Amino acid sequence: MLLRHTAKEIADREALVVNPAKTCQPIGAMYASLGIHKCFPHSHGSQGCCAYHRSALSRHYKEPVIAGTSSFTEGSSVFGGQANLLEAINNIFTIYDPEVIAVHTTCLSETIGDDVPQIVNKAREEGKVPKGKYVIHVNTPSYVGSHITGFSGMVKSMVAYFAENSGKKQKQVNIIPGFVEPSDMRELKRICSEMGIKTVVFPDTSGVLDSPQTGRYQLYPKGGVTVKTLKTIGDSMGTIALGQLASGPAAKALDAKCKVKYEILGLPIGLNATDRFIDALRKMAGVSVPESIDEERGQLIDILTDMHQYFFNKKVALFGDPDHLVSLVEFLSDIGMKPVHIVTGTPGAKFETRVREILKDKVPDVNVRAAGDVFLLHQWIKNAPVDLLIGNTYGKYIARDEDIPFLRMGFPVFDRIGHSYFPTLGYKGAMRLAERILNAFLDRQDRDAPEESFELVM
Amino acid sequence: MPENKHRSAPIDTAGVKEELLKSYPAKVARKRAKQIVVNDLAGGESPEINANVRTIPGIITQRGCTYAGCKGVVLGPTRDILNITHGPVGCGFYSWLTRRNQTRPGSADEENFMMYCFTTDMQEEEIVFGGEKKLRKAVQEAYDIFKPKAIGIFSTCPVGLIGDDVHSVARDMKEKLGINVFGFSCEGYKGVSQSAGHHIANNQLFKHVIGLDDTKSKAKFRINMLGEYNIGGDAFVIEELLEKCGIGLVATFSGNSTYDKFANSHIADLNCVMCHRSINYVADMMEEKYGIPWIKVNFIGAEATAKSLKKIAEYFDDKGLSEKVAEAVSAGMAEVKAVREDVRSRCEGKTAMLFVGGSRAHHYQELFREIGMKTVSAGYEFAHRDDYEGRKVLPTIKVDADSRNIEELKVEKDPGKFRARKSEEELKKLSGRGFEWKDYNGMMPDMESGALIIDDISHHETERMIEIYKPDVFCAGIKEKYIIQKMGIPCKQLHSYDYGGPYAGFKGAVNFYREIDRMVNNGIWKFIKSPWQANTCLVGKFASED
Repeated sequence: MLLRHTAKEIADREALVVNPAKTCQPIGAMYASLGIHKCFPHSHGSQGCCAYHRSALSRHYKEPVIAGTSSFTEGSSVFGGQANLLEAINNIFTIYDPEVIAVHTTCLSETIGDDVPQIVNKAREEGKVPKGKYVIHVNTPSYVGSHITGFSGMVKSMVAYFAENSGKKQKQVNIIPGFVEPSDMRELKRICSEMGIKTVVFPDTSGVLDSPQTGRYQLYPKGGVTVKTLKTIGDSMGTIALGQLASGPAAKALDAKCKVKYEILGLPIGLNATDRFIDALRKMAGVSVPESIDEERGQLIDILTDMHQYFFNKKVALFGDPDHLVSLVEFLSDIGMKPVHIVTGTPGAKFETRVREILKDKVPDVNVRAAGDVFLLHQWIKNAPVDLLIGNTYGKYIARDEDIPFLRMGFPVFDRIGHSYFPTLGYKGAMRLAERILNAFLDRQDRDAPEESFELVM
Repeated sequence: MPENKHRSAPIDTAGVKEELLKSYPAKVARKRAKQIVVNDLAGGESPEINANVRTIPGIITQRGCTYAGCKGVVLGPTRDILNITHGPVGCGFYSWLTRRNQTRPGSADEENFMMYCFTTDMQEEEIVFGGEKKLRKAVQEAYDIFKPKAIGIFSTCPVGLIGDDVHSVARDMKEKLGINVFGFSCEGYKGVSQSAGHHIANNQLFKHVIGLDDTKSKAKFRINMLGEYNIGGDAFVIEELLEKCGIGLVATFSGNSTYDKFANSHIADLNCVMCHRSINYVADMMEEKYGIPWIKVNFIGAEATAKSLKKIAEYFDDKGLSEKVAEAVSAGMAEVKAVREDVRSRCEGKTAMLFVGGSRAHHYQELFREIGMKTVSAGYEFAHRDDYEGRKVLPTIKVDADSRNIEELKVEKDPGKFRARKSEEELKKLSGRGFEWKDYNGMMPDMESGALIIDDISHHETERMIEIYKPDVFCAGIKEKYIIQKMGIPCKQLHSYDYGGPYAGFKGAVNFYREIDRMVNNGIWKFIKSPWQANTCLVGKFASED
C-alpha cells in the first residue's frame, strides 16, 4: 500500500494538515498574471517560492512558465525587500521588456511588511519604469486563503489598475472565468462568439499556456488579454463572474469602480450551471441563443439519457477547489450520482453550506469539509467506500490503494495531458466530463466482469 | 530549428560571453561576467569562477531555496522520518513527492511516509501570535496518529522571522514522546540557493542521528554512499552492484534510506561521495569524529562506475574483493559495450549542454562522452567554486554575508567511537598508488579547454546559448524544459530524468545511451514545419478558371 499509514479510525486534528487539498496564494496570482498579454509575473519573496510555482505550473501545463523573483536573502529579510524589488523592476524591464510586471507578495515579504505600491512608486520616481509600462501588484500572504484566493486577488488587481470609464459604453460583456484551464477560457470565448457576443475574458491564459510547437520560442506568446482591452472593461455592458470565490471579488470591484453591473454565477460545469450561464449571457447581451448552442445542449442531454444507467446511484468522493466542486456536485447529482465525500482545502464556511443545500434531498448525510485535507477524505472513503474518485493527481495514491476508478480533475494534474486542450466548461465540456466518467466506469466493468457477462455492446 | 547544422569553425567563446552580457544593465553584466568563464586550462590550472553568490533580483533563475535543499533534497528520500513542514501550506505542498526519489520498504508494514505531506498550514493568527503552540500540537498529533520513530521539523521563511524556536519545540517533544525529534532552521531566505539547505540538513543529521546505533555489521567491507538520492531508481542499481561485489552498504545518504541506517552509518569503514556539493559536509565531519576516510566516486557513466568500484576494492586491499569487482566490471562492461557502439554510431559528433544541479552537470558528461557526444558548455545551478575548480581552492574561498550565517559545526574525535581505519603506513601506501583522499577535482579539468562555463545560468543566457550553439540536446530541469523544447531542441531533465531512468551503473548507462539516442535521432522534431511552411511558393490561379 502506498498510503499504508492511513487508518480507518478518524482522530480529531487541530494543528496537523496531512496531504493538503490546497496550495498557497502566490501560485494563483502567478497563474492569473500569465493571462495578461506581455505580462511578467514577479514573486516578491525568496527564490524558492518562484521556483516552486514555476515548477508546479510547468508540470501541470507542460509549457514554459516564466517569472521573476526578488531573491530575498537573510539581509533583505531583516532590512526589507525594497532594494531587491527596485533592482528587479529595473532588470526585468531592461532584459525582458514586458508591458506589465505583475508583482505578488509571499509570506516572507508580508511578514516583514513590505509596502509594494510605495516601492513601485519609488521605482517610478527613479525612472525604472519605462513610460507606458505598468507595474501592478497584489498582496498574497501564503498564510491566508489558498491558490484560489490568490488568483482572485490578482484578477481584482487587474480591475484596480486597469479598468477605466471612458464615458462611452462598449457593446461588450466581461467574463471573468475563474481559476480554470486555458482550454476552458478558449471555450468560453467560442461560446460567446457562437452567440455573437463581443466579450473580454480576463484573465485569459489561452494562447499562453497551450501554445503550439513552432520551433520558435516566444517569451511572450501571442495569447492573453491585452492591457488595451483591459482598459475597456469599465465601459462594458456588464460582467459575468464565474465562480463566487475566484471571480466574485473582481466583478464587485469593477462595479464599485466603474459601475458595471455584474452577475456572479457558478462555474458552468455540467448542464444546469451551463444553462444558467447561457441564460445570463443572453439576457445581459440582449441576444437570442443560436441553434448551434441548442444543438450542443441537445447532444449533451442525448449522452446523459442514453447512458443514464451507468451513472445512476454511483457514489463519488471528490476533492478540489470550491468553485469547481460546487458546480460539479450539482452536475453529478443531476445525473443520478451520489457525491458522498467532498473536501476542499480552501477555507470558507459557505462552501459546506452550499454543498449541503445542493445535496439536501439526494445525499442528506453528505460528508463535506472546507479547510479539510485529502487524508481525511481517504479516511471517509475507508469508512464508506465509493465507486469513483475525482480530484487532482495526488488522488492516484488513494485510487490505487483502494482500487477505485479515478478521474483527474483540478489543479494540479501532473501525470496526464488533455486539460490544457479539452475544456470541462460549457455543454461540450460537460460532454467530455460525462465521457470520461463513463470510460472510468466502463473500463472498470470490463476489467472486473466475469467472462460470461463480458459485454461487447454497452 | 529542427535541422541541426554543425559548425565547422570553432565558436569564439570570448565573443559569445560578450554577446550574453550585452543586453544586461551594467551592474548585472559586471556580476555575471565573473560567473561566465572561458575554460582556459592552458596553465594547467582551472580558471577562477564566481559561484555560490546571490542571484540578481529580477533575473529568471533556475535556483530554488534553502528549504528545498534541506527538506526536498537531503531529507526527502528517507522514508521513515515523518517530516513536518512548519509554515504556510505552499512549501509542504510543492515538496510533496515532486522530487521523484524512489524508496523500497523491506516489507508491507514497514514504515513509509514518502507519499504523505505533513504541514502545520500556518494561518495569519500564528504569524501574529507565534506558531510554536500549533507546531507542538502538530508533532503530538503526528505521533498519536502515525507513531513514527523520528520526526523532522522544517522551517519556512516566516518561522524565522516571527521567531518560532523549532529546536526548543523539538527538544521538548523528544523528551515527552520518547522518540527522536529534531528541527531544521532551513528558512528559504538563508543562503543563496538550495545549497545552504544541504549544509543545514547535513549538520542536523550529524548532530541528531548519525552515530546513535553501534550495532555491528557482519559485512566484511562496509561503506556508506553519500550524495545519492535514488532518482529514477539509481540507488537500486548501485545497491545491486555493490551486493554483487560483496561490498556491504551500511547507509546511503539518502536514496532509499531509513533512519536506522543513518544512525548506524558510523560503523562503515569508507565513505563514498557521489554528489560532492550536497553532502561533503557529512563526509568531512564523519572523518573527523569517527575516523572514516572519504573518497569521491561516481556511478554515472560505465567507465566511471568501473573506476569507482575498483577504487573501493583498492581501498580495502583484499584479493577476493578485487576479483569480484573485476568480475562485476567485466560483466557490466560487456552489457554496456554492444549498446554503446550501436548508439555511438548515430550520436558521434553531436553536442550537449548541461546546466543543472551541483554535480550532475559534471557527472553526466561522462555518459555523453561514452557515446561520442561533446559537452560544449556546462555549469551548475547551485554549486560552489570547489565543484568547478576542485577542492584545492577551498582555502581561498571567501566567506561572505550569505555563507557566514550557515552554522559550521565544531567536530572533535569521539573518544569512544573514533577508530582509525587505516594505519599511517597503509595510507601512505595507497597514496603512493595515486589514491586521492577526500578530493574532488571539479568539473573544469574534465571539460575541453575553451568551453564556456556558466554558473547559475539565466533564462536569457540559456536562450542565447541555444541560438548560438544549436546543441543537439540540452540538460536542465522542469522550469527550463519546455522553454528549450519550444526552441526545437530536446531537453533532458537531469533532476527527474523525465520520469525515466535509472541512469546509474552499467544498467543505467545503457538506459541513458538509448534515451539520448531517442532524443537526438528521432524524427519527431522534423514535423514542426508544415508542408506549406516548408515550401512557401505562392499558389494562384487565373480568374477565368472559376
